[in-house]
Order: sequence, then structure tokens, then C-alpha cells
Amino acid sequence: MENEKHHIVPYRLYIFVLIALLALTFLSIAITGIELGSLTVAGALAFASVKTFLVLRYFMHLKYDKPYIVAMVIFVFAIFVVTIVVTFLDYLYR
Amino acid sequence: MEQAKHVVHDHYDAEASKIGMWLFIFTELLLFGVLFVIYAVYRYINHEAFHLAAEELDSFVGAVNTVILLVSSMTIAMSTTSLQKKNKALTLALAGITLILGVVFLVNKYFEWGAKFDHGIFPGSEYLIENLSQGEILFFGLYFIMTGLHALHIIIGLVLIAVVMRKVYTGKVHAERAALLENSGLYWHLVDIIWIFLFPLFYLIH
Amino acid sequence: MNSTSVANEANYLKYKGKYKGLLGWIFSTDHKRIGLLYLYSMAIMFSVGVLLGLAMKLELLAPGKTIMEAQTYNATFTVHGVIMIFMVVVPGLPAVFGNFLLPIMIGAKDVAFPKLNLLSWWFYVAGVFLVLSAILFGSGTPDTGWTFYAPYSFKSGTNLLPAIFGAFILGFSSILTGLNFLVTIHRLRCPGLKWTKLPLFVWTLYGTAWIQLLATPVVGITLVLVALERIFGVGVFDPALGGDPILYQHLFWIYSHPAVYIMILPAMGAISEIIPTFSQKHIFGYKAIIASTMAIAFVGYLVWGHHMFTAGMSGTAQYYFSLLTFLVAIPSAIKVFNWISTMYKGSINIQTPFYWAVSFIFVFMIGGLSGLVLGALAANIYVHDTAFVVAHFHYIVFGGTGFAFFAAIHYWFPKIFGRMYDKTWANTGWLIFFIGFVTLYSPMFYLGMMGMPRRYYDYLQEFHGGNILSTIGSWILVTGFVIIIVNLVRSASKGPKAEMNPWHGKTLEWTVPSPPPLENFDEIPVIEENDGPYNYK
Repeated sequence: MENEKHHIVPYRLYIFVLIALLALTFLSIAITGIELGSLTVAGALAFASVKTFLVLRYFMHLKYDKPYIVAMVIFVFAIFVVTIVVTFLDYLYR
Repeated sequence: MEQAKHVVHDHYDAEASKIGMWLFIFTELLLFGVLFVIYAVYRYINHEAFHLAAEELDSFVGAVNTVILLVSSMTIAMSTTSLQKKNKALTLALAGITLILGVVFLVNKYFEWGAKFDHGIFPGSEYLIENLSQGEILFFGLYFIMTGLHALHIIIGLVLIAVVMRKVYTGKVHAERAALLENSGLYWHLVDIIWIFLFPLFYLIH
Repeated sequence: MNSTSVANEANYLKYKGKYKGLLGWIFSTDHKRIGLLYLYSMAIMFSVGVLLGLAMKLELLAPGKTIMEAQTYNATFTVHGVIMIFMVVVPGLPAVFGNFLLPIMIGAKDVAFPKLNLLSWWFYVAGVFLVLSAILFGSGTPDTGWTFYAPYSFKSGTNLLPAIFGAFILGFSSILTGLNFLVTIHRLRCPGLKWTKLPLFVWTLYGTAWIQLLATPVVGITLVLVALERIFGVGVFDPALGGDPILYQHLFWIYSHPAVYIMILPAMGAISEIIPTFSQKHIFGYKAIIASTMAIAFVGYLVWGHHMFTAGMSGTAQYYFSLLTFLVAIPSAIKVFNWISTMYKGSINIQTPFYWAVSFIFVFMIGGLSGLVLGALAANIYVHDTAFVVAHFHYIVFGGTGFAFFAAIHYWFPKIFGRMYDKTWANTGWLIFFIGFVTLYSPMFYLGMMGMPRRYYDYLQEFHGGNILSTIGSWILVTGFVIIIVNLVRSASKGPKAEMNPWHGKTLEWTVPSPPPLENFDEIPVIEENDGPYNYK
């Protein structure tokens, strides 16, 4: 079976990722503290998306997975975004 | 006659288990995704009220819980590495830290919810209906549903990790058969991702 | 004793595992036994649903009260809907034929997660009992319609909680089946079986599994929210507390429209297997059928709003949903062209499954074209919530999925039970059933156009004629149904032994004995470069 070629991720990398995640968290807290109006939501979501990307790529090993698994993940996120957009076709134009 | 069935089951396919877990994670993503859609729609309709209601939540507690979950995500990811490096004691220690951090998260949540209940803020309470606007009622309704469902997932994740720890301890999960630990890790990271979005949407944006 | 020899001593119907008798079935992780468990449980539920439908038709025989009061009628169509949708057509072909055939068709010994597969069936049974408990106990049978529309679903005094929870569990069963199939198709294809050599039934199961996986959680959480609304009064869909009931409709149809494709895609897959076999010809446009399957699955996910044209959506959303609805018709039409072209110049062998398949194309086309009427914004507002809609979706769901199911059972029956049914009775049953079907539902198109609303136990005098015809149709249909069932049940134990490949099919299930042995194959087959599921000489 093809279980042998497992990539062992070094501890060091995980620590770097954690530091990045924590930094992004504190940055987003700082940014949303400033009054930016509607940009606040966009900013907070942007930070959350970057954090999610890091978790998916490193903690969840997508970086080392076969392309089709990555494709599935992208597809599901895309479906979700499209669902939101289509729902808002109703609410934005009511 | 038992052996007959064994032939079918006795194959270990780490990739099949991994895809299986990913597919399950997709269903969870959409489960929470729907709640995010509801949140987005009601935030769009009740902009001001959501603004006001969010100020009721303590962003400090939220931030602490975020840090807790992020650290626990790192430790569970590291535990796979240590299992692959055949360091059983370290694997158990790292998974154990994850377990403890998860419990601390729940304790925080308990006190946070408790404080809200003391102020009369809970779904269907008279205080809510009499004193708050419709948008604020929706905000707190969603707050309780989404953090509640998230907490439920934390509990499921903790049980999963506890079971895997037991199997690591007895040697059923080891360097060559690490799929169960990896997949529990994947599940735990999913719980983390959900929180990464819950935190800014409920605690930060106001 | 050597384990492989044990496996091949007896076929899957006969072998003895850890448990005996009934326990040997309900605790079996063998995909073929699980498929049959689904077949039997669904046959029971389908019969209950048919009886309820028959009762409704009897009520509509004459205006005013005929056999039941309005409240009973409301409960009847609710339970009929919940049973037929959640317990029969949604699990439908994947649960029965998918379970039985998918592993064999891809040259595997079982699905990827056999225990999970058994768990799916247990969830199914649990869901069934929960819903039944809502009917039998508590403060009255649910009367909301199968859609559980807010806000009525949390205002109605009837016993809705178990029904909602039951639907949630049934959804879980569906998700697990989908997950299992996806992993199975990805990981367990036998050597040489490339994606471009998969039988089309497997391809449709693949598309279906994705919809099951991605759409079902949406309705799951939405139903949970309705339950929470009933228990705590959270306000999420309650207009009195600021909630938006139309949002409920959005979320409900985000699942329930794709659910229509969960029902119809595997049906199309089964038809795509049957037509080449009985034409002894390579399927026309193999890749076009795959592409249209995936297109239907994907576009079908994004058209849910056409159920809500009169609900109060924005005009922009209505245009969008109407446009996309028309687009779904294209891949469906592609399939019909491919089926017809497959028959062209083939050596057609007219047998019972072929009758069912051809009548499937006929009723599916009528159902599909009437769907375009409903997809057009202006026409939709005219016929919305009339008998026209009921006729349309029965033509698609019953005429589509139902006919394909009967086609499939008559096609794979000799493989599943190792015996052949009586062909004369089978053909007679089909003919009566088909006549009954057309008589039952065709008048409803007309009644709807004339303005007869759906979901009422009463109607105006002017609709009397059409309703009488429709009710008579329901009696003819049930006569045909009884003939079919009696014939199949008798033949399962008493019919003459069937050959390994009675229809001369080319897919892998015809290369194993009928009924198949416990682990399907002595050796995992290898597909050569020139082999293919439809390579007829």
C-alpha cells in the first residue's frame, strides 16, 4: 500500500504558523477597534480568511496532499460563496 | 465462519479514511455555512442593532478563547508529527494538552453564557423581548445557536481525541497506522476554523 | 479453513455469518444485504405512501367531504409527502441499487466503509420510526406539508418535533451513504477501471453523492433551527421577533431542489445502463452523458428559488432563478437525445425493463417540459400552487424516479435474487401501471390550468369531471402496482433459476454468478485497454 510516503511536518513549522495566526488575531482586534465603517466587516473577514488559509494549508496538511483533495476543498468553499451570493441576489435588491 | 467477513474489512487505507474525514468536514462546513448565511442576511437587514448588541459581548474573553483554540490546534498537529517520529510519550502529552485546552475553552464559555443568563439574555427570555429591538434579539439568538453548536463540536472533538489517546496508549494507533490521530486532528482544526470566523463576527465587529 | 474458500461457498443470500436468521441481515455489513434491507424497508414505506395517496384521491372523487375532514386531509398529504420524499425517493436508487451494484460494478468486494454503511441503514430505520411516532402519538399528526414552512411549522399545534427530528436523522443517513460512495468510487476501482470507463450508473451515483453530501446538511441545520424555534422561541424565522420566513424557504429549497436531482440522477443512470443492454449497442455520447450528469448536479444546486416565485423575492433574484432553471433543461435534454440515439440502429430486445425505460423517457419528457412552464416567471405565477404543479412533480418524481426504479428492479432482479420473474405478468403489470399513471396525473395539468389549487380537500363543481378521471386513474395504477409486486415477490422464491447474464450486459455485475457470492469476486478483475462497460460487438 502507498502509505509509506508520508511527509513528516517538522515541529518548527507548526510554531511559525501559530505565531503568524496569533499575530493576525491581535492585528484584527486592533484594526476592528478603529472605526472604519463598513470596511471593518471586510477587514475582519479578510483576516479570518488568511488565518483559515494558514490552518488549511499547514495544520490540515493540504500543502502535502494530492491535488484532487485540494481541488475538492476549493470547490466546496466556492459552492458556499456562490450560495451566499445567490441568496443575496434576493436581499440586496428587495 | 468469522474469517469470511474479515477479508473484507482487514485492509488499511489511510487515504480512504482521510478523504472520508474531509468529506465529513465538508458537511460540517456547510452546516455552519448556513448559519453564517443567516447571520449575513440578518446583519444586512439589522445593521445598527447588530452593532449595538455586539458591544454586549466581552471581546477579551473571546480573544482568550481564540488563543486557546489556536494553541490547541498546533499541539494536536504536532502530536501527529511526534507519532510519526515514534515518540509515544510526547504524542500523548501533546494530545493531552489539546484536551486540557479544549476543556478550558468550554469552562470559559460556560462562564460567559452564565453571565448572559444572569442578565436575562437567553433565547425566549422576557427581558429580551421587552427591552431589546428585533435585531438585537436575532443577534443573541444567533449567538447562542452558533456558539452552542460550536461548543457541541468541541465536545465531540474532545471525545474523539480522548478515544485516540487511548488507542495510542494501547498501541493500536502507531506510526504506520496514524490515520485515526490525523483525522481527529483534521476535525479539531475544523472546529478551530469555525471559531476563527465566529470570533470576529460576534465579538469584534461593533 | 481458508477464508477465501468460505467466502465463495455460498452466495450472499445463503451464507451464515456470526448471527443467524434476521439478525444475520440487520447486523450484516455486506453491501448486498444492506441494499436488500433498504429495498424491503422502502417497499413497505412506499406502500404506506401509496395508500395515503389513494385515500387523498378518494377524498377528491367528489366536491365537499367524501371520506375525510379538511384537517385529516392536511395531515394525509403531509405524511404522504414526508414518507415519499424522505423515505422513498431520496434514498431511492442509490440506497438500493447503489449499495447492491456500486461495488460490483467497479470490481470491489464491498464499499469503503462497510460498518458506516450499516449505520446508514440503522439511521434510516430510526428516522422512519421517529416520523411514524409523530403520526401515531402526541397532539395530532403534522399538517404543515412536507416542506415544514415557517412560521406555520412552529405555530402548528400538531406533533411536529419528532417528524422534524426524524427528517434530520434520515438526512444523516443520506449523507453517510453519499460519503461512503464517494470514497468507494475514488479508492476502490479495480485495476484498469479508469474514470472514463466507469459505467454511467456509477457516474450518476458519484454526482448524486456530492449533492447528498453538500445539500443535506443545509436542510439538517434548518430543521434544527425550526425545532429550536418551537422549543425556545429564538426568533430566527419568526416574523414577530424580526426573523424572515422567506429565508427559511431559501434554506429549505437550497437542499430540497438539489434533492430533486438526488432523486432523478441515479434514475437517469439506471436508464443509461438499461438502454444500451437492450439495444446491444454502445451508448451514444458516453462523455456527453457524464458531462450532462455533472452539469445537472452543479447547476441544479443553484436554482432553488424557482420554488419561491410568489413568495416575495426580489425581481433580480427571480430573473436569475428563472434563467438558470431553463439552463438545467439543456443537459436533461442531452440525455434524452443520447438515449434515443443509442436505440437507433441497435438490435432492440424488447423486454420488461426496456418497456419501463422507454415509458420513463416518455413521462420524463412530459414532466420536464411542464417544468419549463413553471420555470417561466409569468406562467409560474399563473399556475403556482395549483394541481398543475402536483402533476408536474409527480411526472418527474414518480414518473421519473419511480419508473426508473421499476425498470431497475426488473433489470437487476435476476442478478439480485438469482431467479427470473414471470415476464407476461411483468409486462401486464407495466401496461396497467402506465395507463393508470397517465390517467391519474394528466387531468391534473388541465385542472391546474383551470385554477384548481393544490392542498385542498374540496373543489368547485366545475373541476368534478377531471377529478373523477384522476381518481379512476389511481385505482388502475394501484391494480398494476399490486400485479407487479405479487409477481416479483412470488418469483423471488419460486421463479426459474436465472443465468449469470440473462440480458447479455457488459458491465461487471454480469460477470459474477447470480446471486453474487459473499465477496463478489474470486479475484479482483482487471480491466484491459479494450474493455468497456458498453463495448458490444
